[in-house]
Amino acid sequence: MPARTLYEKIWEAHLVAEEPGQPALIYIDRHLVHEGTSPQAFSGLKVAGRKVRRPDLTFSVMDHSVPTKDRHLPIADNIAAAQMDALARNCREHGILFFDMQNPHQGIVHVIGPELGITQPGLTIVCGDSHTSTHGALGALAFGIGTSEVEHVLATQCLVQFKSKTMLVQVDGRLAPGVTAKDIILAIIGKIGISGGNGHVIEFGGEAIRGLSMEGRMTVCNMSIEGGARAGMVAPDQTTFAYMEGRPFVPRGKDLTVAVDHWKSLVTDAGAKFDKVVKLDAAAIAPQVTWGTNPGMVTDVTASVPEPNSFADPVDRQAATRALEYMALKPGTRITDIPLDRIFIGSCTNSRLEDLRLAARVVAGKHVAKSLKEALVVPGSMQVKAQAEKEGLDKIFRDAGFEWRDAGCSMCIAMNPDVLPSGERSASTSNRNFEGRQGKGSRTHLVSPMMAAAAAIEGHFVDIREWGVGEAE
Amino acid sequence: MQPFTKHTGLVAPLDRVNVDTDQMVPKQFLKWLTREGYGRVLFFDWRYLDDGETLNPDFVLNAPRYKGASVLVVRANFGCGSSREHAPWAILDYGFHALLAPSFADIFYNNCFKNGILPVTLSEAQIDEVSRRVSATEGYRLTVDLQTQTVTDDAGLRFEFRVDPFRRECLLNGWDDIGLTLRIADRITDYEKSHHPAAPMHVPMHTQAVK
Repeated sequence: MPARTLYEKIWEAHLVAEEPGQPALIYIDRHLVHEGTSPQAFSGLKVAGRKVRRPDLTFSVMDHSVPTKDRHLPIADNIAAAQMDALARNCREHGILFFDMQNPHQGIVHVIGPELGITQPGLTIVCGDSHTSTHGALGALAFGIGTSEVEHVLATQCLVQFKSKTMLVQVDGRLAPGVTAKDIILAIIGKIGISGGNGHVIEFGGEAIRGLSMEGRMTVCNMSIEGGARAGMVAPDQTTFAYMEGRPFVPRGKDLTVAVDHWKSLVTDAGAKFDKVVKLDAAAIAPQVTWGTNPGMVTDVTASVPEPNSFADPVDRQAATRALEYMALKPGTRITDIPLDRIFIGSCTNSRLEDLRLAARVVAGKHVAKSLKEALVVPGSMQVKAQAEKEGLDKIFRDAGFEWRDAGCSMCIAMNPDVLPSGERSASTSNRNFEGRQGKGSRTHLVSPMMAAAAAIEGHFVDIREWGVGEAE
Repeated sequence: MQPFTKHTGLVAPLDRVNVDTDQMVPKQFLKWLTREGYGRVLFFDWRYLDDGETLNPDFVLNAPRYKGASVLVVRANFGCGSSREHAPWAILDYGFHALLAPSFADIFYNNCFKNGILPVTLSEAQIDEVSRRVSATEGYRLTVDLQTQTVTDDAGLRFEFRVDPFRRECLLNGWDDIGLTLRIADRITDYEKSHHPAAPMHVPMHTQAVK
């Protein structure tokens, strides 16, 4: 048997049909559905007189359009309400498990999947959302698809796919205190660029990746798409198996033993070849802050807003000039001098319990700067929220002047009432800083939860390493 | 899906790199339940002034000379970011049938083929040449031919492009993806029979815990 990468192992195990000169047909083990990209898929199914082939492998949740407060009131946005009603109706009609706003397990789809054990190593997982790559952290092959493909998966439980190239991103060494998974992935994207991973599935490896918790690995895999990759994955190990045990949808007893035995085989074989290899030294990674209008426009918190002329490529120069104009930033401005308007701690990238614990540690006993207009903490799921409340994190945030919300995509995408007003600047733990992402004319800076928390206290960015709160538990 | 065989039309340029799908269709329009009607919101924040209704006179696609354009020439990594298929829906509904770029982002590229839009990958130099001709000649038109895999104009320009044969075949015929797959539905059943008894693939009956 030739040496294979983890990606190749999962790919080959899911081949339903493969003809020369054609893309393959692969089986999909888990289809995750949310209200934003599914209505047209279900309508299409109806029009064609087709049924959902495997409702038992289809899981659905409301997350993009849901309000994060006052959920006992009717939804103010009629269009969002109609979209959520459509999802509820479609799930009922097809017998699909559905987590609505009243369900205690509701949350962002990429948070609840792993949390509930729906996501497991070695599975193929798709969703009409590009951050589906998150689930790769558990050793699954997980990626985003468009609505037409959502319809195809509903009807056939399969996907027509071209095999991707493979990229190994190896992060060796150890992170400095205060530097986190978020900084790792921002540094990777800073290095390879937002199209660096195009056509590739990335496997993350190396000492620093192995040293991350499951939640840290999810943060890294989540932003694989921002580096242009098809998917991102981390091979499962003891950390993964310990995480899986006891979750609602994970096999138990003897079945679990069999499952773990299989999961142990999900590693890249020694000698397997990757199409590309990129290496980083974890110790050299500083807390990252984006300055521009895509995640690749990023720098160290200790650095300054770059001079467009410092870019060799004239295209990069033009793009930087445009970005600085949109972001209203002058070249040479120290990152730590950039004043902020609002803070957003949330999103499928960073809204899990560990993220909240770290942020709470930073703000405990302190207060949100008077210069800030708003600081939100939006737990990734209602379970995360409940657990955080058990630990008293909500009180820490509230006492510090943060708003403590219900679970949803919130200000990451601003498709719900949480919007960053035009001209305002945020420190956000989310994954995209495109023009208008958090609201038309809004200016997003992507950072880690600790960095967002510290920025909330000071009203501008600070180097969290200087605060001495970053030692991992 | 409408097949794409050959298209001749007015060319418009969008001279920006890394155009993401949030720019093509901003989030507020992702709440719609239809596949139609997105043409009027394509490039919404660039195309309209703050009132969301008045056309921005500074946006290239609003220039009178590009009215009715059906071929769009763009720059590298077009369509990056979100997987929203609303982006190609908007592109098509606006009137574009073919896109020319040095590179496209993966998900967007894939979504185009599902909607009868042909994304053509040319070299940077070729894109530069087309852009030059678009600027220099008002009313500049191109023919994009999927049969011959060529892009040609009336002034001797002729570029060949590569496209995956299967994608080409499906687009030429307007084949429905799902219909094609269901022709081998018994292969899917075979796969399920041989794989699903294994424990790791089974969804255990714990749904009671989360209902």
